[in-house]
Amino acid sequence: MSHTFTLDGKVVPFVDGQTIIQAASAAGVFIPHLCYHPEFKPHGSCKLCTVKVNGRHTASCTMRAAPGMVVESETEEINAERRALTQMLFVEGNHFCPSCEKSGNCQLQATAYHLGMMSAHYDHFFPNRAVDASHPDFLLDFNRCILCSLCVRASRDVDGKNVFALSGRGIKTHLIVNAKSGQLADTDFTLDDKAAQVCPVGVILKKRQGFAVPIGERKYDKAPISETAESTEGR
Amino acid sequence: MDAEALAGVVDRVINRYRRDPTCMLQILREIQEACDWVPPEAIDRMQAMLGVPRTKIEGVAGFYSFIYTEPRGKYRVLFSDNITDRMQGNRALMERLCSNLWVERGKVSEDGLVSVGKTACTGLCDQGPGMLVNNYAIAGLSLERIDEIAELIRNKVPLTDWPPAYFKIEDNIRRADVLLNADFKPGEALLAARARAPSDGLNASNTRSWREGLPSGIGGPGATLDEIKRSGLRGRGGAGFTTGLKWEACRNAQLKAGHQRIVVCNADEGEPGTFKDRVLLSKCPDLVFEGMTVAAYAIGATRGFVYLRGEYRYLLDHLNAVLANRRRENLLGKDICGLPGADFDIEIHVGAGAYVCGEESALIESLEGKRGTPRNRPPFPVTNGYLDQPTIVNNVETFAAAALIALKGGEWYAGIGTKQSAGTKILSVSGDCARPGIYEYPFGVSVRQVLEDCGATDTQAVQVSGPSGICVAENEFDRVIGFEDLPTAGAFTIFNKSRDMFEVARNYVHFFQHESCGFCTPCRVGTSLLKNLMDKLHYGSGSPYDFAEIEKLNQLLQAMSHCGLGHTACNPVLDTIAKFRPAYDKRMMQQDFTPAFNLDRELSAARQMTGRDDAAAHLATEHGGQS
Ligand code: SF4
Ligand code: FES
Repeated sequence: MSHTFTLDGKVVPFVDGQTIIQAASAAGVFIPHLCYHPEFKPHGSCKLCTVKVNGRHTASCTMRAAPGMVVESETEEINAERRALTQMLFVEGNHFCPSCEKSGNCQLQATAYHLGMMSAHYDHFFPNRAVDASHPDFLLDFNRCILCSLCVRASRDVDGKNVFALSGRGIKTHLIVNAKSGQLADTDFTLDDKAAQVCPVGVILKKRQGFAVPIGERKYDKAPISETAESTEGR
Repeated sequence: MDAEALAGVVDRVINRYRRDPTCMLQILREIQEACDWVPPEAIDRMQAMLGVPRTKIEGVAGFYSFIYTEPRGKYRVLFSDNITDRMQGNRALMERLCSNLWVERGKVSEDGLVSVGKTACTGLCDQGPGMLVNNYAIAGLSLERIDEIAELIRNKVPLTDWPPAYFKIEDNIRRADVLLNADFKPGEALLAARARAPSDGLNASNTRSWREGLPSGIGGPGATLDEIKRSGLRGRGGAGFTTGLKWEACRNAQLKAGHQRIVVCNADEGEPGTFKDRVLLSKCPDLVFEGMTVAAYAIGATRGFVYLRGEYRYLLDHLNAVLANRRRENLLGKDICGLPGADFDIEIHVGAGAYVCGEESALIESLEGKRGTPRNRPPFPVTNGYLDQPTIVNNVETFAAAALIALKGGEWYAGIGTKQSAGTKILSVSGDCARPGIYEYPFGVSVRQVLEDCGATDTQAVQVSGPSGICVAENEFDRVIGFEDLPTAGAFTIFNKSRDMFEVARNYVHFFQHESCGFCTPCRVGTSLLKNLMDKLHYGSGSPYDFAEIEKLNQLLQAMSHCGLGHTACNPVLDTIAKFRPAYDKRMMQQDFTPAFNLDRELSAARQMTGRDDAAAHLATEHGGQS
C-alpha cells in the first residue's frame, strides 16, 4: 500500500515497512547518515540521521514511516545538533584528514563539510589506539573508527564470517577482530569480503593502493555528499 | 589452573547451561567464579562448545564491568563509590588498603594476588562504606576492618573462611506498611487469583488471543488482571507505566508458533542510592515470586526470569533455595496449585556490573546473553521481548504489590495512597540522617515528613530517585512522593548543609559516564565531555563559557540519545545549577575561557614515577597544582 508523509513540507510517498530515510532517499531527499547503509539492517547508533517527527526527535533510519507524519530534517536546529554529533566523532578518535588516505572519499569528512563544520569545537580525546598491519592485504587504522558497525554487519550478514565485532563499553567501546591473537592476519578476512568495502571512514584500507586517485579528484571532491548519496549507498 | 582443570570447569558450566548460547553471560560469570578471570583458553572452548564466533564472546565479555578477560588477582576488591560512600570516607579506606597491600589503585599487585578498584553504588548506602570482594558484599567498613581484610588477603585466606560477620547485610527496615508488614503465606495469592470470577465492568477478561495452556472457560486470569487494573498499580521502577495495561498488552499479543509469554522481574537495582529491592528479596522473596506467578497466570506466561544485579550475587543461593521450595510446594512448575495447564517456572540470571541493563530492553538483551545495549523501539517488549516473545518486565516491588492485590483485591489497594498514585512506596533512605534504611509509606508523604522520621537535621537537599531523578532543595520539602509530584524508583539521598552540591553532581556525572553503554554517539561521547567539563570546574579552570557548554550538551543529550540514560545524564547538573548556584560560582574561578589542559597536572605521572612532590617538581601556575 502506498501512503505519504511530509518531509520539510514536501510530500513523500512510501510503502508499508519503509523507514523514513528509505522513503526520503527514494524521493531524492538526502538525510545525513553514517551508520545507515541501504543494504544492511539499520543500526540506529550514530544518530546523524535524526529528524523531528511530529515535533519529537527520532532516528530516521530506524523509524518506520507512517501516513501523515510531519517530518522536519533540514532545519537550523537539527543541523546544529548533527554538526555537534559530527564534532563529537571527530574528537573521540584521531582524525587527521590532510594525511589520511580516505580524504575525499570519507563519509565523515564529507558529512562535516555538508553540515558546515568549521572546527572540532570540543577538546580532543587523543585516544591511544594501535594500528593493525598484520594482514597481507589490509591495514586497520582504528584511530578513525566511528563504531558504525557496518563492517560488523557486512561480515556477519553477508560474508557469514563475523570477522568484526564491538567490544568494551561506553567511551571504551572498540572494534575487535575474530582471532585469539587479536590480529586481522589470523582471521579469514579476504579481499572480496563485503566487509572490506563498507567502512565509511579510513579504518579498513587496502594495502598498496595509497593515493591511486589524487586528492582533489576524489568522490566528494567532485560533488558534495548530498548529491552523491545514491552512489555512496551503492558502494 | 592447568589446561585440563580449566577445560573441566568450562565443560561443567557450559553443560549445566545446556550448551545454550543465550546463557553466555551466565557461563562467563561462572567460569570467572571458578578461574578468577576468563582466560583466552576458556574462550577457545566456549567457542567450540557453543558454536559461536570468538568476536561474539569477547564482545559480551568486554561489555560487563565484572567480567575480566585479563587477570585481576585472586582477590578482586571493589570499593563502592557512590556519593554516600564518599561521604562515609571510602577514599581514605581505599588508600589504606592500597598502601597496606602495596598495590596501586586500579592495578593488580605485582604478585598477581589482589587488585583494588572502585565500582558504582553497591546498594549498601544505609550501611556503608561498602565493598565487593570477588562480587561478595561487605558493609560497614572501618579502618580496623580494612586492616583485617588486608591481613586476610596477605595470608591468602580463602573468602569462605573470612569472618561471617563481614558478610552480614542488615535489612534496616524502619517503617513498614502494607507490603513489608504483610503477613503472607506462600500460595495464598495464587489460590485467591484462581478463585476469582470474572466481574463486569472492566473487560480484561477478553480472551481473544489468550487460550494457550489452561482449560477454556477459566475466569481467574481475566479476573485477576481486572483486579490489577482496578488497583491502579503503576510500575515501581521509576517510569510508572500502568501495570495492568502492560500486562494486558502482553496477554493480547499474538503468539507465534513455538513461542511463549515471558515474565521478567527486574532486580537490576542499579540507580545509585537505591537498595529496597535488595531488602525485598532478602526479606520477602516469596511475595515477589508469587507476584511473578500471579502475573504469569494473568497473562498466560510459562517462563519467568529474575535478573539479579551482580552486586547482589550473595542473595543467589538463598533465592534459589526459595524457588526450590516453591517447586516442592507445587507453587511453581507444572499444574501449579493443582490447576491443569498452569505451568510456570522461574530462573535467576545474574548481571555483571552494567547499570544500563536496568533499562528493560537492554535487560532483555542481557538475558539473551548479549551486550546490554538498549533496543530500537518500537517494537516494545510486550509484543517482541525475550527471544522475540511477548514479555513483561516489572520491578521487584511491583510484583510484590501485585501478589497482595491478587490476594486482597484492587479496590483495597486503590484505597491506599493518593488518587494518581495508588498504594505504598518503599524508600531507600541514606545520607545525612540518624536512621538510614528502608521506609515504606503510602504515596503522598512529604519530603519533610520522611526527613523528620529518619532524623535528618540541617538538610540542604534530597536527591529523590537517584542521579536520574530530581534534586529537591529546602524550599521544596513540602513536595510529596507520588507520580503527580515526585516520582521515584526509591532512592532518597540526604545532604546536609556541609555538603558541596557541586561535588555531588560531579560524582553523578562520573557515574553516567562510566555506565553509558557506548552505543549511540551523543551519550557515548557526550557523557565524557560532560565529565571533562565538571572536572574542569573542579580543577579551577571553569568560566561562564563552560556553563553554556553544559547547557548545550544537555539539550543535545536530551534530544539525540538512544535511551533514558543519555536523556537524564545531565539532570543532576542542571538541577544543582538551578538550585545551588553558589556551589558552582565558587568553582567558576575564571572570567573568560580558559583551557582545561593544565601542564602542571599533566606532570603528575612524572612526579609519581620519580617519587617527588616537592615545590621544585611543580610548575608555578596561577591555577592548578591541586589535583
Ligand atoms: S571500522 Fe569502519 S565500518 Fe567498521 S565500525 Fe569502524 S568506522 Fe564503522
Ligand atoms: S544513520 Fe541513523 S542512527 Fe546512524
